[in-house]
Amino acid sequence: MLLAAPLVAVALTLAAGAILFTLLGYDGAGAVRSIFVTPLFDPYRWQDLLVKAAPLALIATGLSIGFRANVWNIGAEGQYVLGGLAATDVALLTHEMEGAWILPAMVLAGILGGMAWAAVPAALRTRLGVSEILTSLMLNYVAIQLLYYLMRGPWKDPMGFNFPQTVLFSASQTLPMAVPGTLIHWGVPLAAILALAVWFAVGRTVAGFQIRVVGLAPDAARYGGFRERATVWLALLAGGGFAGLAGALEASGPFGQMVPAFPTGYGYTAIIVAFLGRLNALGILVAAMVLALTYVGGESAQTAIGLPAAAVGVFQAMLLFFLLAADVLVRYRVARSAAHGAVTPAAASAPAGGSAAEPAASKRRQPVEAA
Amino acid sequence: MSAMLLISVVMGIAGAATPILIAALGELVVEKSGVLNLGVEGMMLIGAVTAFAVSVHTGSPALGCLAAMLAAALSSLIFAVLTLTLTANQVATGLALTIFGTGVSALAGAPYVGITTTRLGSIFPQALAEDPWLRVLFGHSPLVYLGLILTFGVWWFLARTRTGLVLRAVGEGDEAAHSIGYPVLKIRYLAILFGGAMAGLGGSYFSLVLTPMWAERLTAGRGWIAIALVVFASWRPAWVLAGAYLFGAVITLELQSKAAGFNAFAPEFLSSLPYLATIVVLAVISAGRRSAKTRAPACLGRPFRASA
Amino acid sequence: MAPTLKEILRPAMPPRLELSGITKRFPGVVANDGVGFSVAAGEIHALLGENGAGKSTLVKIIYGVQQADEGELRWNGAPVSIESPRAARRLGIAMVFQHFSLFEAMTVLENIALGMDDPPPQRELEAAVRAVLDTYDLGLDPHRDVFTLSVGERQRIEIVRALLQNPKLLIMDEPTSVLTPQEVEQLFATLRRIAAEGCSILYISHKLGEIQALCESATILRGGKVVATCDPRSETARSMAEMMIGGSLKDVARRDGAPVGPVRLAVDGLSAPGEPPFGTTLKDVGFSVRGGEIFGIAGVAGNGQNELLLALSGERLEEVTGDIRIDETCVCGLGVSARRRRGLAAVPEERNGHAAVPALSLSENAILSARTRKRLAAGGLLRLGAAKAYASGVIEAFSVRATGAAAKARSLSGGNLQKFVMGREILQDPAVLVVSQPTWGVDAGAAGFIRQAMLDLAARGAAIVVISQDLDELFELADRIAVINDGHLSPARPLAEVTVDEIGLLMGGIHGAAPRPATSERAA
Repeated sequence: MLLAAPLVAVALTLAAGAILFTLLGYDGAGAVRSIFVTPLFDPYRWQDLLVKAAPLALIATGLSIGFRANVWNIGAEGQYVLGGLAATDVALLTHEMEGAWILPAMVLAGILGGMAWAAVPAALRTRLGVSEILTSLMLNYVAIQLLYYLMRGPWKDPMGFNFPQTVLFSASQTLPMAVPGTLIHWGVPLAAILALAVWFAVGRTVAGFQIRVVGLAPDAARYGGFRERATVWLALLAGGGFAGLAGALEASGPFGQMVPAFPTGYGYTAIIVAFLGRLNALGILVAAMVLALTYVGGESAQTAIGLPAAAVGVFQAMLLFFLLAADVLVRYRVARSAAHGAVTPAAASAPAGGSAAEPAASKRRQPVEAA
Repeated sequence: MSAMLLISVVMGIAGAATPILIAALGELVVEKSGVLNLGVEGMMLIGAVTAFAVSVHTGSPALGCLAAMLAAALSSLIFAVLTLTLTANQVATGLALTIFGTGVSALAGAPYVGITTTRLGSIFPQALAEDPWLRVLFGHSPLVYLGLILTFGVWWFLARTRTGLVLRAVGEGDEAAHSIGYPVLKIRYLAILFGGAMAGLGGSYFSLVLTPMWAERLTAGRGWIAIALVVFASWRPAWVLAGAYLFGAVITLELQSKAAGFNAFAPEFLSSLPYLATIVVLAVISAGRRSAKTRAPACLGRPFRASA
Repeated sequence: MAPTLKEILRPAMPPRLELSGITKRFPGVVANDGVGFSVAAGEIHALLGENGAGKSTLVKIIYGVQQADEGELRWNGAPVSIESPRAARRLGIAMVFQHFSLFEAMTVLENIALGMDDPPPQRELEAAVRAVLDTYDLGLDPHRDVFTLSVGERQRIEIVRALLQNPKLLIMDEPTSVLTPQEVEQLFATLRRIAAEGCSILYISHKLGEIQALCESATILRGGKVVATCDPRSETARSMAEMMIGGSLKDVARRDGAPVGPVRLAVDGLSAPGEPPFGTTLKDVGFSVRGGEIFGIAGVAGNGQNELLLALSGERLEEVTGDIRIDETCVCGLGVSARRRRGLAAVPEERNGHAAVPALSLSENAILSARTRKRLAAGGLLRLGAAKAYASGVIEAFSVRATGAAAKARSLSGGNLQKFVMGREILQDPAVLVVSQPTWGVDAGAAGFIRQAMLDLAARGAAIVVISQDLDELFELADRIAVINDGHLSPARPLAEVTVDEIGLLMGGIHGAAPRPATSERAA
């Protein structure tokens, strides 16, 4: 049941994508094949797939913690950029140095940078009640402007022929490969390990329980002794920390320097990954591979059949649409069969108590009333 | 000279404010019916690219505006079906719509990058519209005047008409409205379609008036600012108008400072001003306690399942 | 008593409304099974039954909210099909809902306009509203916002809205559940006047005393079927209750003797501003409860009960001032978990989403509030085995009907979930138990079980606070009673020394001989 919705969504996306691109005058079936199938048969692309899936999985894992708690952090893109910038800052400061401590320091700085960026919406939400949706998103635009400023000015490589980019990182500042002779850097296994850790934490720890209860029933969470503020902070700092980590790993890994093209939309795509993985850290690992496939396949489709780069975005959005629809249909069927198995109309007609005098927003909504 | 500068600043403010104003008025109606559609940015982009393409092919920017409204309303229909009929999460679906709109507009707009089209012209005689002084009254795009009319129209609709009353009631208490016998879902469908059309119209302003050309992500987050504006205005049309012109002023300040070579601040800082201003404004407005009259519609963002 | 003209005319005329063979099925449940009865012109007819007996479904069918699967509705003798509330209103059927269909942030007049199919322009509507208010002596300001009104005033909006349509049949769904006894009297006077003018009234309730006071005939539903039709005036409350429940009533075993334990809960000067937009401000609330004692707090909904429970449980700490002591130790400023550790258990009114998480299993719901006292978590990790064992224990001890500890909370009926929630708290052996509406919306069997469990807990030496709108329940359980009105708690009185009338006056905000002008309107 849990797997039904994502599988249905992927299948529908492939079918609808083929139809849509045929209508737009492209080779629809060819587009689907070259995006979703061809890369699977190319060992070199497998490496690329893992390298692209790693940041997606990391960011989505962090976001899933927030989404479970109904904390809508959509500022992962900015937090990712800040993570990359913080790591770059450490790299620039240690450029003349050597040592095994430099890379961990960059990674740590990246995590803190992402957290700091996420702390702004967290503080505004907990202190003033400002919706984190809008503030976290606005900060994405600000982060990118900050990146442009640093690239154009203070951090520009003086020997770089006036290109707006930093110097190349030294060996001590570059993420080593986990599998020598490939593109697979240490960020890949790290993403998998952290996803497993979060999966365990959500299911088995009090903090994970808190996150789940806050998302499912905020009043019950308060009743259970969980403070809403603490949860919002936890959710946003986790999201920011993971995105920042991904940024630091990308900067020190595949990029090896900081450039204006650093933000590649991972922060937005990770939202889709989180949902496709059903906010479950293990599901997210699989979902990250699927979305990485659209990136990798999208690149090959560009060269193979001239499909515009934007087509990838359309596929990704369709995937999310179909997922939301399929998810609801599956959930609805489950809820119906559960409700009618055990619940009598007694529950449906249970009086609402004093709710007439309470704010309408807190009025109960009994699932049985759908009957 | 400074009077001329003042006039061009006023023109700039009205121009920068109008697309946000129109999109925000649409979102206001949607939210008043109890639905939170975060897809405004995506719908604006769809509107912008449609307006441009139709204008290029037909030579008629007015037709482009109409097509933009239609296309964006169609895209809002996806949102409506998912959130209303299938009761999907509104936040997630709105985000999906923005991602979709960004992708589709980039895909559809690829052939149009780098070309230009006719700007949506003035409705007043050229002599008035281009008079160095009178242009402050007559030289605006028709959409600027439309934005002002729409502000009044939306206020009148919500405050003075029966349908507006019912729409507000649906947003305040969907179950109560349903139990009295009002078609909650139908009203929300119509509100979402209106919101979509307005976002499309707002988007067309970018590609037919402001630039006039097409580029990926042309609206640059203005759709999000429109959503923030509705919160800032506490769901009151007149305040949306005031807020939109305030943002118009911030954006104009950014552009004029850059144009004047004013370099006390980095241009990147000026570019991030509208976004920073949005955050500040949201913080300020949330700091004051809301009275029951200025709070969000009670059902905002909640799915509604009709009993029976 | 000599027959009135109305009663003589009755047989000659077809009934205003007649139902026969009405059946409505939901998947897995038959809500109405061949229901038939009739209501004459000008008659006040009771529809009596427990929660879940099928009253609400039947009313929804009459008002066109739902359609019957089988059966016939006749209106003044002619068969009709009522496809929508609008069609019902066109026939002359008006309804006052149990949960008022009101819009908080809108004015009285806007609310009334919304309830009408073709409202006249505002000016004429206002005149018509004022005319109805005058005719029936109802106090209400058409321009007030609804969220500022008392519950009794809100109900008047619904009644005015119904009366403006000149109805031939007025359906009242559990109209008194939120009113003070005095407000109930006033409502009855209004209803009798409406009936005297020829309008039929279908009065849905499970309160037997009220039905005896008001209604001329009654149809009793149980399990979706009509089990009896009677004249309530010639029945006793007990005989009707037994027809309603389908068995003889079991009395709750009452303890003997006054409580003797030491003070376990002491509250002094507890105040908290109401949370916007509709919260009630708590004003200087003070009381104390001894071990073995049950302390009852009566009051009309929305007078600060929820706020009091949240302040006591520790769910709300901000801006709360005053002193709360458990076993003579101050717990002010401590959070929920710390208070639990000191022996405070609380059960809020709302089960779904407050006392329990519907989407989680009973095991996980056990962790929610019992993890500290029952060590269901240690070192930041959940002890799932221990949680399952504890939940199973609760299910067993409180005979909760569930498929097991893994069952989702939302799969339980209201009564069973309430038994689970109460069991979860009581089996933690709390020093102090604070409960709001312990048997609200719960079937009679479960209600009796829950009340007995509270009496047993008190007998073991715990101090219990019961906040309830149900005076019968408080008179059955409490040793001492106080009334909360507008956030203010009256002095506590031993149960033996108070009458229902006195409590009713306090609930309406009348303190002593001199009513405060600000609140007198509510009771008036």
